[in-house]
Amino acid sequence: MIRINCPVCGLRDETEFTYGEDASVTRPAMDEEAMQPWLDYVFNRDNPRGWHREYWHHVQGCRQWVVVERNTLTHDVRSCRLAREVADETA
Amino acid sequence: MKRLKTGGRIDRSTPLSVRFDGETLPAFHGDTLASALLAGGVSLVGRSFKYHRPRGVFSAGVEEPGAMVHLRDGDRHEPNVRATVTEAFDGLVSTSQNAWPNRNFDVGAVNDWLSPVLSAGFYYKTFIGPFKHTTRFWMMCETFIRKAAGMGRGTYLDDPDTYEKRNAFCDVLVIGGGAAGLSAALAAGRAGARVMLVEQDFDLGGAILSEAVGGPGDAWLKNVRADLDALDNVRILTRTTAFGAYDGDVFGLVERVSDHLKAPENHQVRQRYWLVHATRCVMATGAIERPLAFGGNDKPGVMLAGAVGTYLNRYAVLPGQSFIVTTNNDSAYAVAADLAGAGASVTLVDMRPIVEGAAVEAATKAGVSILFGHGVIEAKGRKHVTSALVAPIDARGYATGSSKTFTADVIAMSGGWTPAVHLWSQRYGKPVFDATGHCFVPALDETHTIQSAGLAIGAGSLDVVIAQGFEEGTHAAKSAGITGDAGPQPDTFDTGAFWQDGHHPIWAVFDRNGKSQGKAFVDFQHDVKISDIDQAHREGYVSVEHLKRYTTNGMATDQGKLSNVNALARMAELRGATIPEVGTTTFRPPFTPISMGVIVGHETGRHFRPTRLSPIHHWHLRNGAKMTEAGAWMRPWYYPQSGEDLRAAYIREAAHVREHVGMIDVSTLGKIAVQGPDAAEFLNRVYVNGWKTLQVGRLRYGAMLREDGFVLDDGATARLGAHDYFMSTTTANAAKVLAFAEHLLQTAWRDLKVHVTTVTDQWAAIAVAGPKSRALLSAVAEADLSAEAMPNNHVTQTKIADIPVRIHRMSYSGELAYEVYIPAGHGSHVWEAIHQAGPEFNLRPYGTEAMGALRIEKGHVAGPEIEGRTTLKDLGLDGLASSKKPFVGCVLRKRPVLEDKSRPTLVGLVIKGDIGAKPGALLFAQTGEIRGHGDGWVSSTTYSPALGKNIALALLKDGKDRRDETIRVVDLVGDQTVEARVVSPHFFDPEGVRQNG
Repeated sequence: MIRINCPVCGLRDETEFTYGEDASVTRPAMDEEAMQPWLDYVFNRDNPRGWHREYWHHVQGCRQWVVVERNTLTHDVRSCRLAREVADETA
Repeated sequence: MKRLKTGGRIDRSTPLSVRFDGETLPAFHGDTLASALLAGGVSLVGRSFKYHRPRGVFSAGVEEPGAMVHLRDGDRHEPNVRATVTEAFDGLVSTSQNAWPNRNFDVGAVNDWLSPVLSAGFYYKTFIGPFKHTTRFWMMCETFIRKAAGMGRGTYLDDPDTYEKRNAFCDVLVIGGGAAGLSAALAAGRAGARVMLVEQDFDLGGAILSEAVGGPGDAWLKNVRADLDALDNVRILTRTTAFGAYDGDVFGLVERVSDHLKAPENHQVRQRYWLVHATRCVMATGAIERPLAFGGNDKPGVMLAGAVGTYLNRYAVLPGQSFIVTTNNDSAYAVAADLAGAGASVTLVDMRPIVEGAAVEAATKAGVSILFGHGVIEAKGRKHVTSALVAPIDARGYATGSSKTFTADVIAMSGGWTPAVHLWSQRYGKPVFDATGHCFVPALDETHTIQSAGLAIGAGSLDVVIAQGFEEGTHAAKSAGITGDAGPQPDTFDTGAFWQDGHHPIWAVFDRNGKSQGKAFVDFQHDVKISDIDQAHREGYVSVEHLKRYTTNGMATDQGKLSNVNALARMAELRGATIPEVGTTTFRPPFTPISMGVIVGHETGRHFRPTRLSPIHHWHLRNGAKMTEAGAWMRPWYYPQSGEDLRAAYIREAAHVREHVGMIDVSTLGKIAVQGPDAAEFLNRVYVNGWKTLQVGRLRYGAMLREDGFVLDDGATARLGAHDYFMSTTTANAAKVLAFAEHLLQTAWRDLKVHVTTVTDQWAAIAVAGPKSRALLSAVAEADLSAEAMPNNHVTQTKIADIPVRIHRMSYSGELAYEVYIPAGHGSHVWEAIHQAGPEFNLRPYGTEAMGALRIEKGHVAGPEIEGRTTLKDLGLDGLASSKKPFVGCVLRKRPVLEDKSRPTLVGLVIKGDIGAKPGALLFAQTGEIRGHGDGWVSSTTYSPALGKNIALALLKDGKDRRDETIRVVDLVGDQTVEARVVSPHFFDPEGVRQNG
């Protein structure tokens, strides 16, 4: 079982979370009218062997979305941060 | 009688009633079913998987491939139970399996003669058919092959027992209660760590329990146990198997709480599933003895040497009189000596040229005659071993001379031992090959949280086992941050030799040409022979993973515990490679079979998932409602009056709403409070339609899309205050919509000052619908509900029966209608208040079936239409979408494929005749062949009381252009075809006169 260290609630079992989506993609601006950026955001994905950034939702806890760095090969979790904080930094 | 008068770890003062195939076995407390079978002289226990060959007790542990039985009867009947790990209990009944009419005379044994056609890969080849046009014949054969192959039969009766799940946390989890595990637990426990020690046997001691009673091992065990018992921080679980090692240092255990009893007692569970979160783990799981491959090595009477020692020393059973012990290592010498000491005649056939040392001296002294440089090439005997053919062999195991016959009723064999690395491998992948012990062991890596000790890592002597256990226990505690003193290491004591001493890596005996003489089995449970591996090699299989699947070697319930290395060794020999070059397969949970019941735990039947109840639920039950499941919710389906079935009831209820007034509990609707200065902007982004103009006290219908442009959900949102909106979602999508909104607000839309909160459980909701609804509500509510004061899509705050409530004027049924929102705790009270005022207006409650009929008549879409594959356009809702603002999905909804004109679109169907259509039925033009997916499908169906006809909503290709066309509605499942006329989906009151009145 993957254990995720929620920044709000502490170390919890993966069963409290739901997987969201790839966190390495950025949602296009609301007024983006071109098709391709939206296709890339919704459909086009890498399938990395190794470290991967992904959204998880602490749906049975604080209901915060978090960005988890998970190794797709070993299921090791390297970091877990609030999605809003990660987004603030990359904005 | 094969039971010895003295010795063993059985309690002769407690005899037990144990039966097998109706026969009474001499059993005592402390026996297993296998030891009782051997004590009772039962050698043929069952028939094998494929060839129906006679099989008997082969091992004394979890690896048992032969002695598999049906245990217990009635609803506790269980198939494929390994007799070797089944504790004897009073009242035990068991029967043989995979044999008909009985185990001694089994018709299926004809398969043994047919074995040339049932060899490796027969399954893949058979059903293609050897010649043209015979495929059908071969397919027919499959039925019989499936019937003949296999194992025990299960029961169709419900499991009468209960199970439970438990979470536990510890610093150090020690798996295995032998010398290594006990030493590890002692070290970690003394250091102050929270320790869990897990042992699958009912007693601690591991291999020590297979030594003669009263030896130095017993004294050692007594001391260590006393030390452990004195430590409150050490929890010992016996009869518990650690079956899985998972990510995050989580381990799955099954504790067999009551399996050693006839039935669970004192309301105990049968088994308990432990989910253990351990900081560190010491894996002291020991090793499993490896068989040798020679002709007839599967016959009853051929056993693992260590197992023979266990039956003799632990259970005081001498399973034969004249023994052949054959080995490629020193570990079998102690067994041979013990057997001779118990009075048996023992010939030791050592496959190695010449061996000297203490083990040989001790065996010779005990009266064992030893033949060096020989191997057993074939076991003879029909249903039990009667003799062994012994031949001189070379270093590869090939015969160098003619064989001699030795009379024997038991052949005990040892091909060395295989460390039980399963749990480590489940977690960390492939083990590495240890060239000294000729076995796979865990790779050493400092980052691993599972450390191994003892035979599991190929320890070569007891000193090393104890030292490793103690050291790893100390290290594990330290790594978990526990810094206490582990104290002195327990002393060691003398034992027989371990297998690594002079181990010679030959695992099979062949004739001069390198062929096995007779059927030499590698995988005993799946009937895979040396010749099957040879055949796979000839057919070009190189990878071990392919070999495994093609021959099915290692794929039985024992998962290759006995067969893995022998198959790899043969493969390596054929390829001219080494075993590490050939590689090994990966182990996966569970280590041993586990019951489904224990994984399910309490979550069966109605407890499978939580049940959500409306605050008004109990009124529905008291008033005779038939309930239905809607996701996790229970909802009133219909309220039958005397003798009514579903159809009669919903037709009456729906007609009643159109004529008078009805009320329905809609508390299950998803409700989300959307609050903050940017709430309108948020709604503008998630809904396709505009929200900036909605005034306080008004509500509006909206639809939302997914990011990919398909419709996600619909519902009404009311504006309660300047920054305060109340969104409703469909019952089914409430959680999905909330999570989606939270995601957007916490990532891409952090600029919006909005908070979304679920208030689904905070509000009860009642829909009151029908021409008399205004009059009824005006009678109970304080507010002015007149058409002027309260037009459609308006909201008002008022009181009903002294409870503050909110009334939304909106309609799902198409009638004049209101939704009353009540603080959940008062939901039932307000429902009853409205209901009590009802008789004057002829009020009746109605259920979800009538609600469905009413909305279909109106052509309102619901779950069957918003099913994730439909666009706004498909549903005729594209008029709703604003072109003045962007919203979720607004770009991708315009993908060319989604704009394709021929996509199925929403239509109404009026069904001809008295039989309605079935949801899911396919639509076809009136003429032409019925093939493929047709022109569309039926989504929702009902009988329409307003129209007096069966109607349906459907998605039909070019639907808009096909009005008045007659089409065929084909239910391929029910084999029923009806005709229908294509109409507008708005069957009833399309102008909305009634709801706006």
